[in-house]
Amino acid sequence: MIGHHAFLLVAMLLLLMLSVVVSLGVGGADIGVGKVLVHLAHRIGLIGAGVDDFSARVLDSLRLPRILRGVVVGAGLGVSGAVMQSLFRNPIADPGFVGVSASAAFGAVVMIVAGGAVLGSYYSQFGPFAVPVAAFVGAVLATSLIRMLSRQDGHTDAAFMLLIGVAINAIAFAGVGIFTYMANDAELRSLTFWQMGTLSGDGPADMPALAIMTVGILYLVTLGTPLNLFLLGEAEARHLGIDVEKLKRRATVVTALVVGAAVAVSGIIGFVGLVAPHLVRLVTGPDNKMVLPASALGGAIILTLADAIARIIVLPAELPIGLVTGILGGPFFLGLLLREKRRRRI
Amino acid sequence: MTLQSQNVTYAVRGTTLVHDISIDVIPGQVTAILGPNGAGKSTLLKLLSGEMAPTSGHVMQGGRFVGEMSALQLAQQRAVMPQATSMTFPFVVRDVVALGRAPFRKQSSRRQDNDLVDQAISLADIGHLADRAYPALSGGEKQRVHLARALVQLWGMDNLAEPALTGRGDRYLLLDEPTSGLDVSHQHALLSIARREARDRGAGVLMILHDFNQVTTYADQVAILHRGALVAFGAVSAVMTPAMLSEVFAHPIRAIADPAGGVVLVSQAPNQAF
Repeated sequence: MIGHHAFLLVAMLLLLMLSVVVSLGVGGADIGVGKVLVHLAHRIGLIGAGVDDFSARVLDSLRLPRILRGVVVGAGLGVSGAVMQSLFRNPIADPGFVGVSASAAFGAVVMIVAGGAVLGSYYSQFGPFAVPVAAFVGAVLATSLIRMLSRQDGHTDAAFMLLIGVAINAIAFAGVGIFTYMANDAELRSLTFWQMGTLSGDGPADMPALAIMTVGILYLVTLGTPLNLFLLGEAEARHLGIDVEKLKRRATVVTALVVGAAVAVSGIIGFVGLVAPHLVRLVTGPDNKMVLPASALGGAIILTLADAIARIIVLPAELPIGLVTGILGGPFFLGLLLREKRRRRI
Repeated sequence: MTLQSQNVTYAVRGTTLVHDISIDVIPGQVTAILGPNGAGKSTLLKLLSGEMAPTSGHVMQGGRFVGEMSALQLAQQRAVMPQATSMTFPFVVRDVVALGRAPFRKQSSRRQDNDLVDQAISLADIGHLADRAYPALSGGEKQRVHLARALVQLWGMDNLAEPALTGRGDRYLLLDEPTSGLDVSHQHALLSIARREARDRGAGVLMILHDFNQVTTYADQVAILHRGALVAFGAVSAVMTPAMLSEVFAHPIRAIADPAGGVVLVSQAPNQAF
């Protein structure tokens, strides 16, 4: 059992490395996998001679940072989706659906448009950090609000919780719309970025946000056993020794942290949090001890490949990655619903 | 040492569901809770399991306040078999049973876990379902899965080959209407398992039952609840009288000599003319 699972994780890690290499090779300048391998081998000191200067610069300063961003964001979204599905005890929960991503984007948009007015001269100093912080605050507020509103007499109805999330999602998107309407031309350009998602942004807050996400991901993947018990029901998890309130609090805050940071880095990228855990469960079954780390790896693979597609499909321009995941993820989600429908009928 | 409620009252939004109830669940014995619908049976069980905190009064387990024990400490000393749980994720039956080992995951070995899970699965008669997806089971089959899950939790670090647990502290098994979805033979199988856990292995067993004769056959003591209050609590032979039951259930109940020996309690249709 253990051997089988470890094998799958190693296989996924190899697949991720392969995706990264392929993704490094494609784009506006066609560098090719061969050159990428030579360059990487040179960088880690295996061989003396590297590739030509131009290719090296494209790889080092353009593609590698962007792909690493994609790997971390994808892993964060993947594992957050898996954790949320367990917390909501509903297989169709996803940070995008329940309004966490949209609320993060709303926080960011408010800061972009109104930050100057609110923070005054401090904005120029804190602006780059203020936007990710606002995204995080938006994500935390949304999750807390969903949990608060869906609680009654100490119980949460998971189906009701999902519907409240849908309402929060609509409100947050309306908020984003209002601020988009108020924005000037310069602000509009950064706003479009939040709504469609892209990995090309390279703000000064990238590093802290990526660091936060990495720590959050490493914490979330350890929640396998408690979240398995949680799937039995809140009372049952408690009877089996889990401090349920503490688990919910920590898992929601860390998920909000990861999703907020992901939105801060790359805007709203939908469906990764839904698709990655589902693909993983098809192979491994529902055991969260396996689903959580595999969803992180799966999310990273999906986003790396989606980014490669985004960079080559409309050459010489590039498509926002949120559109790519939407175009691929939407039909996938439909297929999932239809499969569920067939299964229930049997 | 016992699991006891001391004058517990539970009220929510002005409605008192349980009023001033004191009972003891004694290791080695089976205690039944009996009463009409809405009498507060499940609420009392939830108060005893620590799932809900009483509005007033105390719940003590092994001399300690349940409210002051951590979820993990409680889980290592008592197992609960719930009424019904829904789960959308397609865990296989064996994995659901194995979740009962969670409170001991730091101490227990994989091998011990597997041994106990195997024995519980065979006791609960779900061996033929072990590889099936839990959500696809019938209500009664799900209940047997949860019985097995509660058993592997109750057994803790025991080696079942040893005759009984000694010196490891009290253990309690709480069952909320465990027979409700089961066919007759599985009802008796479950009740026998519960009684064996009490008599042979020293666990304090508490269960909510509806069948009078199951109470008289399998329980040692019984608590009768009516409208949130404790009407009677004591040895089964003293409490389970036709007069008491007829009054509490507002329905004529008679004791009839069983040709096979003993006495059975029967309920009659309220209006003979009907």
